[in-house]
Amino acid sequence: MLTVKDLAVNYGAIQAVKGVSFEVHRGEIVTLIGANGAGKSTLLKTISGLMRPKAGQITYLERPLDRLSAPQIVRAGISQVPEGRHIFPGLSVQENLQMGAFGQRDRAVFNETLQTVYDYFPILKKRRTQDAATLSGGEQQMLAMGRALMAHPQLMLLDEPSMGLAPIFIQEIFTIIQAINQAGTTVLLIEQNARQALKIADRGYVLASGQVKLSGSGAALLANPDVQRAYLGG
Amino acid sequence: MQTFGQQLVNGLSLGSIYALLALGYTMVYGIIKLINFAHGDIYMLGAFWGYYSLRAFHFNFLMALCSAMVVCAVLGVVIEYFAYRPLRHSPRITALITAIGVSFLLENGMSALVGANARSFPQALPVVTYHWLGIRVSNIQLLILITACLLMALLELIIKRTKMGKAMRAVSVDPEAAQLVGINLNHTISFTFALGSAMAGAAGVLIGLYYNSIDPLMGMTPGIKAFVAAVIGGIGSVPGASLGGFIIGILETGVQAVGLSAYKDAVVYFVLIVILLVMPAGIFGHNRREKV
Ligand SMILES: Nc1ncnc2c1ncn2[C@@H]1O[C@H](COP(=O)(O)OP(=O)(O)OP(=O)(O)O)[C@@H](O)[C@H]1O
Ligand SMILES: [Mg+2]
Repeated sequence: MLTVKDLAVNYGAIQAVKGVSFEVHRGEIVTLIGANGAGKSTLLKTISGLMRPKAGQITYLERPLDRLSAPQIVRAGISQVPEGRHIFPGLSVQENLQMGAFGQRDRAVFNETLQTVYDYFPILKKRRTQDAATLSGGEQQMLAMGRALMAHPQLMLLDEPSMGLAPIFIQEIFTIIQAINQAGTTVLLIEQNARQALKIADRGYVLASGQVKLSGSGAALLANPDVQRAYLGG
Repeated sequence: MQTFGQQLVNGLSLGSIYALLALGYTMVYGIIKLINFAHGDIYMLGAFWGYYSLRAFHFNFLMALCSAMVVCAVLGVVIEYFAYRPLRHSPRITALITAIGVSFLLENGMSALVGANARSFPQALPVVTYHWLGIRVSNIQLLILITACLLMALLELIIKRTKMGKAMRAVSVDPEAAQLVGINLNHTISFTFALGSAMAGAAGVLIGLYYNSIDPLMGMTPGIKAFVAAVIGGIGSVPGASLGGFIIGILETGVQAVGLSAYKDAVVYFVLIVILLVMPAGIFGHNRREKV
């Protein structure tokens, strides 16, 4: 579904991603794990069209993505839940969700999707008229995920959704990611929380200093001694 | 008490004009963090459009007002497209200097085109003065106040309720996340310039009617004062801009009334300094952290 080939991305002279290749197949949960500064967020920003590759190709459903703008990529079916949530403060919870469906003109489809999102996250329905800035961190994460779902993505990119959350919220977020996947959305999940991510992932890639160091099924990576030492705390 | 009431009426009329202008500064700053120095000149062009449409096309007042808003909206969009958009990723100072350049271009371009002399604005409506508790209120003053309030209410409705208005707010707080949900930055920025410039166009026609005199440099001083109004209200805040406009208008007429006409501009800046010392972000501004 998504093929990234020899991708290189720079910030000025700094090389953040140095020739990364990986694939995501329809229906999978694929996780990318790696330490701080490995280039994970840069990779997602490039897939979403916020940054331009210096070299390499990104192909989505047989189409090259690198000439499309960020809004066009959303319309093509790829939504991102950015690192740090980035909900819109000053807009209510429901307005945030409405922005998620920015390209959607059909009122009936909109209402139906909104209902689905409220089914995943009942707390958002309860808070729908509240300013999004007043939500707790966990609720903001749910809002960011709900907002991405509003665009009806076929492929959902999640950048460290468990960051800074209490264990109970983390559990819930991972359960919902699995539910979203089971409902037919392909998931590319970036995590520092490697154990949890590899548990739910079909396949995983280990990224370090801008390059893929290891890849394999979630279970194989969990069992790999190098991965255990570096990312699973022994 | 009577003079106080009289000055309040005069101040509110003038303040409406500043408020309409300040809205454009604050919205544009909110969305692209640019102080659009050419904004006062859009107001001047609105006044000139009003002048020609009333005199040459024999429009009535309402038609002159609405057409000036449309013309200025288009001008604002065109200026953004050619002058500011290519500099979107340049340092802020570059865009700022460009805005000053655009302002000179419009002022001197109009001087070259129509001459630098002041012209008297056509009397689109016969002036009627009402007396009430010893206060004189002209129909023009009422018209300015009512039109400005209606336009501000309309703007508030657009920003709060419409999809584009919400997109404007989303882009203002987080342009990157806005793109990730599929909002087109360019469209949203054009929309913001259109709205702000339409308000300036309306202000231009209203001031023509009020002061009866227009010239190519008429946008300079009100432009700066409206900018001050936007800063006092909290730059980026729409209600702040309206409030700031009224404060400046009332202040200016008040200072003139107590016989300090020569200092009316100085007082405006003095109040600016005081407010910024007490409330650095302005009245309605919040010290939201700068995004990197
Ligand atoms: N705006 C920027 N300008 C310059 N360098 C940057 C910028 N953003 C990121 N980098 C650099 O690019 C590299 C990769 O950053 P990136 O944010 O992709 O890492 P990451 O894997 O997402 O890390 P984390 O787990 O901390 O989120 C880092 O070395 C970082 O310092
Ligand atoms: Mg990151």
